[in-house]
Amino acid sequence: MHATAAVEVAGLVKRYGRSTAVDGLDLTVERGSVTAVLGPNGAGKTTTVEVCEGYRRPDAGQVRVLGLDPLADAAELRPRIGVMLQSGGIYPGVRAMEMLRHIASLHAHPLDTDALAERLGLGSCGRTPYRRLSGGQQQRLSLAMAVVGRPELVFLDEPTAGLDPQARRATWELVRELRADGVTVLLTTHFMDEAEELADRVAIVDAGRVIAHDEPAALCRGNARNTLRFEGRPGLDLESLLTALPPDCKAVEPAPGSYLITGEVKPQLLATVTAWCAQNGVLPDRIAVERHTLEDVFLELTGKELRG
Amino acid sequence: MSATETGNWTPRPGAAPLPRMVAVQAALETRMLLRHGEQLLLTVIIPTLLLVLFSAVDIVDTGEGERVDFLAPGVLALAVLSTAFTGQAISTGFERRYGVLKRLAATPLPRWGLMCAKTCSVLVIEVLQVALLVGVALALGWSPAGGAAGAVAVLLLLLAGTAAFSGLGLLMAGTLRAEATLAAANLVFVLLLVCGGVVVPLDRFPGGVQAVLELLPISALSEGLRAVLQEGTALPWAELGVLGAWAVLALGLAARFFRWE
Repeated sequence: MHATAAVEVAGLVKRYGRSTAVDGLDLTVERGSVTAVLGPNGAGKTTTVEVCEGYRRPDAGQVRVLGLDPLADAAELRPRIGVMLQSGGIYPGVRAMEMLRHIASLHAHPLDTDALAERLGLGSCGRTPYRRLSGGQQQRLSLAMAVVGRPELVFLDEPTAGLDPQARRATWELVRELRADGVTVLLTTHFMDEAEELADRVAIVDAGRVIAHDEPAALCRGNARNTLRFEGRPGLDLESLLTALPPDCKAVEPAPGSYLITGEVKPQLLATVTAWCAQNGVLPDRIAVERHTLEDVFLELTGKELRG
Repeated sequence: MSATETGNWTPRPGAAPLPRMVAVQAALETRMLLRHGEQLLLTVIIPTLLLVLFSAVDIVDTGEGERVDFLAPGVLALAVLSTAFTGQAISTGFERRYGVLKRLAATPLPRWGLMCAKTCSVLVIEVLQVALLVGVALALGWSPAGGAAGAVAVLLLLLAGTAAFSGLGLLMAGTLRAEATLAAANLVFVLLLVCGGVVVPLDRFPGGVQAVLELLPISALSEGLRAVLQEGTALPWAELGVLGAWAVLALGLAARFFRWE
């Protein structure tokens, strides 16, 4: 039906003074899909999204959103997109439902605001001023404002930051429903599990560039490896373990007492590790062979822990 | 019907008609202003108190005639200053700081529509202020001159003053940090209250100082209103000219330098 993708970004560069926030970034979001832009703080996620939303003028590169230029065609584009800012955007003194109804009234065919508020658990705080809402309520109000105008494309900038697990699940459920009804979603996150749970495609961003862009399963499958994790006392001598392991294995201690071995995990490798533990008088706790996660992919690609 | 049913999120985008967007935005901004205690102190309580206090007690020599005849035009000018300048600068400054302007920019409401809404909201508050202050002044024995032609002149002066003060307020809100705007807007309010012919006649100041003070927008507005309402002048061209010049200058600078984030 549509010839173009919902979002097409090619060679995007954005500088703030001397620092380069986005450095030649490419990104495509297909219509009706959920794309997660994943990366650590300062990777350029928010800048990229804000260029797409028409807030910032790119220094170089092409950006098309729903086939339109976010700056030149802003008037045509704005009714068609929904925006959830990373924070703020709401009068401190406005009541929750007052703000939601207001945004709804700027659109031609808004959702039923009462039902939407109920759906997002805002029913009980409708008359509470924004500044007195809990952090989670503020996030959910901001999310409600992003979808109330029945947009084709929704930008969610860290939609679950600061939410408790239950509220995170509820937000994920909403994103799945949006997708099921044909809404395109572009979200940023620094939660691996969020990207794996929600996204059709994940773009891993580091230092202003996309370093991997694929389906989560394909990213994890990448090199058909597994991960062996275990916990033990901190500061074990991994050098001696590495000499016992096959040469293509890696062993790291990403957090004190938490060990991660990547490679082709065969029964023999597990035996080698437990034997090494026995030699060192370590009782490995929570030893587990896991499928390769996005977290591991990120670690391999960037050498950094995502939440470090 | 539950919002969780499939099909409920199906896209159906579209902007509301522009007049409706501007109207609901203006209504929201007006409610926010009226709900704000500090703003009401500035826009309602201080002008009313000054009018009552200075009319009842001989604090400043206001020249010949009834004190209220001198004070009422000045306090009307002060009302415009408090809403179009101080109130608008502070609220807009904090809207910028809290990202409200940024968030609204992502809605179908265009930026100029937002500015229209702000102007409408200021005008609504001013109508309420003028109604209240005129009522109080009449109760204090005010007898305005000018007749029907005077009403037109008064309207022109109030509009020109609103334009000039809005430009200055938005220039401040769009360029300074919110806290700096808060401090500066209040300071300017007090300075102009004292030095702008609101309650203290300009001829109390030395000649050279007076000539400079007469060029302030608040002096032009208070003296212009006084010329019509106290002296019965048909149309105070000089004051209208001063206000017009301030309006063009301040709105031009605000349009050029206003930063939305």
